[in-house]
Amino acid sequence: MMKGSSRVTENIIKTLIWAAALSVLTVLVVIIAYILIRGLPVISWQFLTEIPRNMGRSGGISSTIVGTLMVTLVAIVIATPFGIGTAFYLAEYTRRDSMVTRVIRFSAESLAGIPSIVYGLFGFIFFVKYLGMGWSVLSGGLTLAIMILPTIIRTSEEAILAVPNLYREVSYSLGGTKWQTIVKTVLPSAIRGIANGVILSVGRCVAETAAVVLTAGSALRMTTSLTSPTRTMAVHFYILASEAISFENAYGTAALLIILIFLINVVANTLINRFIAKGR
Amino acid sequence: MKKFNEKLSGRVFFILALSSISMLALITVFIISRGVPLIANVGLKNFFGMTWAPSRGLFGITPMIIGSVSVTLGAAIIGIPIGLCCSIFLAEFAPVRMREIFRPAIQLLAGIPSVVYGFWGLLFVVPFIRNYLGGAGLSILAGSIILGIMILPTIISISEASILAIPKQYLYKEGALALGLTQLQTIRFVLLPAAKSGIVSAVILGIGRAIGETMAVIMVLGNSVALPTSVLDPVRTLTTNIGIEMGYAKDEHQQALFATGIVLFIIIMILNSTAQYLTRRKR
Repeated sequence: MMKGSSRVTENIIKTLIWAAALSVLTVLVVIIAYILIRGLPVISWQFLTEIPRNMGRSGGISSTIVGTLMVTLVAIVIATPFGIGTAFYLAEYTRRDSMVTRVIRFSAESLAGIPSIVYGLFGFIFFVKYLGMGWSVLSGGLTLAIMILPTIIRTSEEAILAVPNLYREVSYSLGGTKWQTIVKTVLPSAIRGIANGVILSVGRCVAETAAVVLTAGSALRMTTSLTSPTRTMAVHFYILASEAISFENAYGTAALLIILIFLINVVANTLINRFIAKGR
Repeated sequence: MKKFNEKLSGRVFFILALSSISMLALITVFIISRGVPLIANVGLKNFFGMTWAPSRGLFGITPMIIGSVSVTLGAAIIGIPIGLCCSIFLAEFAPVRMREIFRPAIQLLAGIPSVVYGFWGLLFVVPFIRNYLGGAGLSILAGSIILGIMILPTIISISEASILAIPKQYLYKEGALALGLTQLQTIRFVLLPAAKSGIVSAVILGIGRAIGETMAVIMVLGNSVALPTSVLDPVRTLTTNIGIEMGYAKDEHQQALFATGIVLFIIIMILNSTAQYLTRRKR
């Protein structure tokens, strides 16, 4: 059956598969190296702690760091309870194939696919205009909260379903109610998996631009309240680069963003590895 | 008291679970109600016309549809074969050590902000095209390359998961190998067909990601509203049209951008529902 030529083809295809995989790794390394080599020298204590001056041409990026933190914080604080609650409802309260479950799951998966620019449009017309919140930390945070909701739902549900049924049975057999079982048994066992989803969502908030620029604005002043406009690091980077204000500071901001995303991924992976190790 | 708590907790979880439904409904209603009046005003024929000139009251989005389709097609041609090869590599070939490097790497690729991709494209890909292939560099090709890279994590993770999800108890793989099929024949005739619906939905979601991306392509496409004649020409997509003009658009112009958003929204919902249907049928 096996002819010599097909063995050659076989080897060629294997080589191509290896080549594809290695080229993806190479591209990742090239992108990251390109940004870090130019960006790292820009990052200094002053760069992190000084307010941007002259539209960002000089000075640091402190106000955009604060803006990023505030917008992300609002998004996480709002989305986490809704996301975890939905996950518990899906995993513990309904059958997998019931109508309600299907509709909820359809909505969550649809939300996950909606482009961020559409979230931006919605946030602008609903939070900024209709509810009159204006360009603000709150408008930006709430828009991001809807955007990250599906991520938190999915990761939390997976974590809850990964908790062995034996745990629940033991809790019930000791006279525990459903509520007690969830809070005292399932939640503690699933918490690392849930935290993994929340941390990955932090990464999405930090990286987002399109949805935030239309809802939180692009004010460079230091933000003092939830109702004032702000500029996140990703938005700042976009404006610096696209309006050619300062490529140097753009590189610095981009390098900081990449380092942040890297750290967030490391923390999330550590959590999920511990979660798996503990579960088995 | 105990019983009351029980009932209350079930209710609370149910109400929290309604959040995603109500948000999806809210988004649909607000985007549509803001954009539909304009479509009704100018008429469907003009809305799908060839000229976008807001200052003259012309809101034809066909050039942007062509832009989105061409850039997405390019991204698919680049991203799908590489992505599928990577998922096969991860599921079947990769040594354990390699897999431990590869998975976090793909995750990092997914986490890098889209503006960073755009910036890298502007300073790395665009000059390369300008110097070696001609044109301004800001082009369909540049956008396709950037998006081709950006959709990799979606395609790789979902199709790898569906290859790994092939039920072990049926011994597909072991049976095929025992029949004397080589590793590649096993992949080609047994594993890929068994994982087909998952792979197709991975591709669809990847395409959805490419159509919906804004900030990465806004920096490398050149954004002109003219009709492209080659892959080296600049274009404007549905998303970048919104991204560029939303900052200053007023009244009717702003409504036209929401109308652009409706078209985008409908395309994405069709792609999403198809992908969801495919994965659900598999279960």
